[in-house]
Amino acid sequence: MIGVFHPGTSVVHRAPALVKLGLLAVIVTTVALLPSLPALGAASVVVVALFALARVPFRVAWRQVSPILWILAFAVPVQWIFAGWEAAATMGVRLVLAVALAAVYTLTTPVTATLDAMQVLLRPFRRWIDADRVGLALALAIRCVPLLADLVREVLDARKARGAEGSPTAFAVPVIVRALRTADHLGEALMARGVDD
Amino acid sequence: MSGIRFEDVSHDFGDERVVDHVTLELTERRVGIVGANGSGKSTLARMINGLVTPTEGRVEVDGLDVARHGREVRRRVGFVFTNADTQIVMPTVREDVAFTLRRHRLSPADAAARVERTLDRFGLADLADRPAHRLSGGQKQLLALAAVLVGEPSIVVADEPTTLLDARNARRIAEHFETLDEQLVVVSHQLELLESFDRVIVMEGGRVIADDEPRPALDAYRALIG
Repeated sequence: MIGVFHPGTSVVHRAPALVKLGLLAVIVTTVALLPSLPALGAASVVVVALFALARVPFRVAWRQVSPILWILAFAVPVQWIFAGWEAAATMGVRLVLAVALAAVYTLTTPVTATLDAMQVLLRPFRRWIDADRVGLALALAIRCVPLLADLVREVLDARKARGAEGSPTAFAVPVIVRALRTADHLGEALMARGVDD
Repeated sequence: MSGIRFEDVSHDFGDERVVDHVTLELTERRVGIVGANGSGKSTLARMINGLVTPTEGRVEVDGLDVARHGREVRRRVGFVFTNADTQIVMPTVREDVAFTLRRHRLSPADAAARVERTLDRFGLADLADRPAHRLSGGQKQLLALAAVLVGEPSIVVADEPTTLLDARNARRIAEHFETLDEQLVVVSHQLELLESFDRVIVMEGGRVIADDEPRPALDAYRALIG
């Protein structure tokens, strides 16, 4: 879901970020409102066509979409029990399509282009909202995912090495302490790069 | 007046004095700072671009008081941290280098040209669209250095930039340091990195205990650590 830019020269890559953001909002809203499975099936064809148009390899696209399947593995059966198979299938397809559409955007748009688009979008609100900060927060959120994933992996390895695999404390305490320390270092680095000036 | 000046500078963390009445004037092109853990060397380096404000005394860069002109000083002083991972802000290599220029008010064409030149200089052009977090440790430190130098600072401060690197990558970073025209201040435990510098300062207990050419200064440090 937190896609990293996949370079290319396709028409999707070249489209302005602001246009892509607008289309993303419109299409995701439409998908959320589509009432039937056949209509969602047609929308799926459009999404696959978008990936093809952007010339994103299947492997790269799969890496972006597959994490949602873990959530669906839990959510779809629950929905099936309480609302029936059709509602469960509709919800599942809607979620996959929304994630896939977001992936098309992130795979074809550099973060800097998103930051620029954000500045344009927030320009009318500049008296109340600092567009630079919003953009930076977005970039940092994307950047921190791999950073935290590495941190968790290291803590899990360390816990295993010390024979404390079952201990939630041996996981939670070092992860929280190191995450806070990393946040401090990141803040210091941002300051050194003149972000708060 | 160009260069860095510490005027009777002290700094306390809580009750502990980590820098104790240091007065220095650094005008040489390449200055090294060594000292044991807790000797105050990193705190001293951080004062140069205002990451740490002295409890007493005054730090000046090119005649500007760091406490009062932090913004202007940070434009002139680039800082390279020990762990490049926490210095990299943007997801891809090119974007992280370009991030430094967002506050330089350059035209997009000028900014892009400067980024490409910098990527070329550091051998990162082929990795420009790669996710920064997938680079090797050495490549990440090169990226951190590139992201600093694209802003064309007049001074580069590096706090133990080779500590987390293997010998080959540490040598690569040292080779890049050799080619810099900017004034360079390096805090390091790796004494061989500082052997070719113009001046080396040895710190212990927050004080400067030796300040000389590299050979006598490093000998004094070796004697200190036994």
